[in-house]
Amino acid sequence: MAGKGTMTTRWTRKDLLGLRELSADEINFILDTTDAFKQVGTREIKKVPSLRGKTLVNFFIEPSTRTRTSFELAALRLSADVINISVTTSSLTKGETLKDTARNLQALHADILVLRHSSAGAPQFLANRLQASVINAGDGAHEHPTQALLDLYTIRERRGKIAGLRVAIVGDILFSRVARSNIFGLLKLGAHVTLIGPSTLVPKEFEKLGVEVSYKIEDVLPKADVVNLLRIQHERQRREYFPGILARSTAASRSTARSPTDCTASFSIKSPTVWQCAWLFFTSVEGSRDEPHNHSKRSNYRSRKQAR
Amino acid sequence: MSPTIIRNGRIIDPANKRDEIADLYISNGKIVGSKSEIRAKLSRRDGKSEIEEIDAKDLIVAPGLIDMHVHLREPGFSHKETIESGARAAAAGGFTTIVCMPNTSPVPDNAGTIAWIKDRASAIACVNVLPSGSISKNLAGEELAPIGSLAQAGVVAITDDGHCIQNHEVMRRAVEYARMVGLPVLDHCQDYNLVGNGVVHEGYWSTLLGLPGWPAAGEEAIVMRNILLSELCDHPIHCQHISTAGSVRLLREARARGVKISGEVCPHHIALTDEAIQNFDTNCKVNPPLRSRTDVNAVLEGIADGTLSILCSDHAPHADFEKEVEFDVAPFGIIGLETELGLFIDLLVHKHAKIDIARLIEMYTVEPARLLKLDAGTLSRGSPADVTLINPDLKWTVDVDRFRSASRNSPFDGWKLKGRAVRTMVGGKTMWKL
Repeated sequence: MAGKGTMTTRWTRKDLLGLRELSADEINFILDTTDAFKQVGTREIKKVPSLRGKTLVNFFIEPSTRTRTSFELAALRLSADVINISVTTSSLTKGETLKDTARNLQALHADILVLRHSSAGAPQFLANRLQASVINAGDGAHEHPTQALLDLYTIRERRGKIAGLRVAIVGDILFSRVARSNIFGLLKLGAHVTLIGPSTLVPKEFEKLGVEVSYKIEDVLPKADVVNLLRIQHERQRREYFPGILARSTAASRSTARSPTDCTASFSIKSPTVWQCAWLFFTSVEGSRDEPHNHSKRSNYRSRKQAR
Repeated sequence: MSPTIIRNGRIIDPANKRDEIADLYISNGKIVGSKSEIRAKLSRRDGKSEIEEIDAKDLIVAPGLIDMHVHLREPGFSHKETIESGARAAAAGGFTTIVCMPNTSPVPDNAGTIAWIKDRASAIACVNVLPSGSISKNLAGEELAPIGSLAQAGVVAITDDGHCIQNHEVMRRAVEYARMVGLPVLDHCQDYNLVGNGVVHEGYWSTLLGLPGWPAAGEEAIVMRNILLSELCDHPIHCQHISTAGSVRLLREARARGVKISGEVCPHHIALTDEAIQNFDTNCKVNPPLRSRTDVNAVLEGIADGTLSILCSDHAPHADFEKEVEFDVAPFGIIGLETELGLFIDLLVHKHAKIDIARLIEMYTVEPARLLKLDAGTLSRGSPADVTLINPDLKWTVDVDRFRSASRNSPFDGWKLKGRAVRTMVGGKTMWKL
């Protein structure tokens, strides 16, 4: 497999902003390095001195539990000093701009800045202005490179390779930064990628990235080696992108043959919510508009309309 | 002010179908017919003042250019631009007349604010500044502004630019009323529901970058609405900053049927595509957004066949601290007064060869003057001596640090262009020269 075992590639980048800008060699280099660090977490003394003396700032301007905790834990295990700043404790709520806040962090001599932000491109904005290394921990619907690297690592670990695998990414692709990073990474490593979801969340434009787009999950699943299930990004959707969730899950539970366990693929499942949402796509039955789940969204929409 | 003779230039005066090497005579701020007229006027006075001579060999002598789409930001946002700095930028770009848009604070939806703008402009602006009034009160798109008193106060058009009246019935009444008072209606074409929170053209790059898309149909739906209302009310509606292939197609069809609809083009919509946003450069964030290559090509064809008849900048200054933020938070807008002529000559005349320089000058003079019924845009005898000298082959490099504008939000810094204005004269007086 390309890259595996060849540790000659060197990491020359200051920042990790996305997988689109990385080469296959660079991605493989990270995955190979991961093998070594993975052992650390299983030891009795879970600590190595790799980042001793370095200061890492977790700067999360959008809610996160798993990603922030993962970064914090990883940094602690590598002996870095960690500061966590979340949106409620940051000066952004006082009207300070992202640039101002970043300059202050620079003045504190932070070495690594891990940024989660609701705006696409925010990590690049900071990377262009700071000496510190910027790691993108998710920016808007743009990229989430570390999540995708984790997914790639998992696939490689379970399947032994990535090149040639048929990977299906299911769910809300339009609003998903995880999907985009996965698409870039998988394609660079030679996988065949198919996107599946309702047409409003999987626009045909994605085909220009070099993936297949399908709206029939039953055609794709039997052939898939790997399935990556994505949750619905309600927080990014400004209106209804499909007719309703509950009706779909009802229809899905009525359907007997469309169980994910019927197919032979490996599943990379991130949480029960993800599972629940992804399940909906195992049926393409559109639901009634009157189910209770939607009422809160509707009234939100109504109040926004009134506000304007 | 001393009389002037501009010697040996190529006089291009599209209003009079004139294109010849000749001398141009200016006296008392007006174009005059001959040197003897100057002498006659001199002798009637003291006879002592000297005649200034300007050598215009290898230069084009054009009527002073008109940019009918400029944001001067004053009153209310003078940290971005002022009437004075915007006018100086206009002069440095070759413009003698500019029309300023109404999205200021307060909004010129009343005669008093229009009077203030005119007073301020006549006191400090080095070019002619003509105000537009808003269509709706406070640009809210709901109630009509007092269009009649705006007309009396001297606006040259009404527009809600930056905003778009969504209620077609309100727009219809505005157009009908504007017809009565003889004001053209300019419209920023944007369907709010289709566009939503879009910040970049909906297409390949919005998909790739995960930025909210601004679909072409969001512009085209309103262009279509305007065609229908222009027909219904039999009154001119001018569609501002046209950016999509569909809009060009709609305008072409409607104009062929004689509908009083027109469209204008900004330089960024032909100089750049949506690919330019890939590094999240907020200086490329503009409304309507930079479009696809297909759209750019269609706009170029629309210019070539006359469907799009007016060139302008949509000069939209913003301060550094406003633009240096996250992409989706940054304000829309690109400044253009000091780059537009260079970009259009370079792209339309030289690079793509879509039109000749005479047509380009016509699109900057006769066409806007006709739409707005201005006494400008011609070198006819007796006209105000607003003159722009252009060197169509001069190579130069854009340097934002040398801009007269108070803002720097241009994506064209460092661009090498061919062709630019070298002298701008307003009322016979040189207001800027290279």
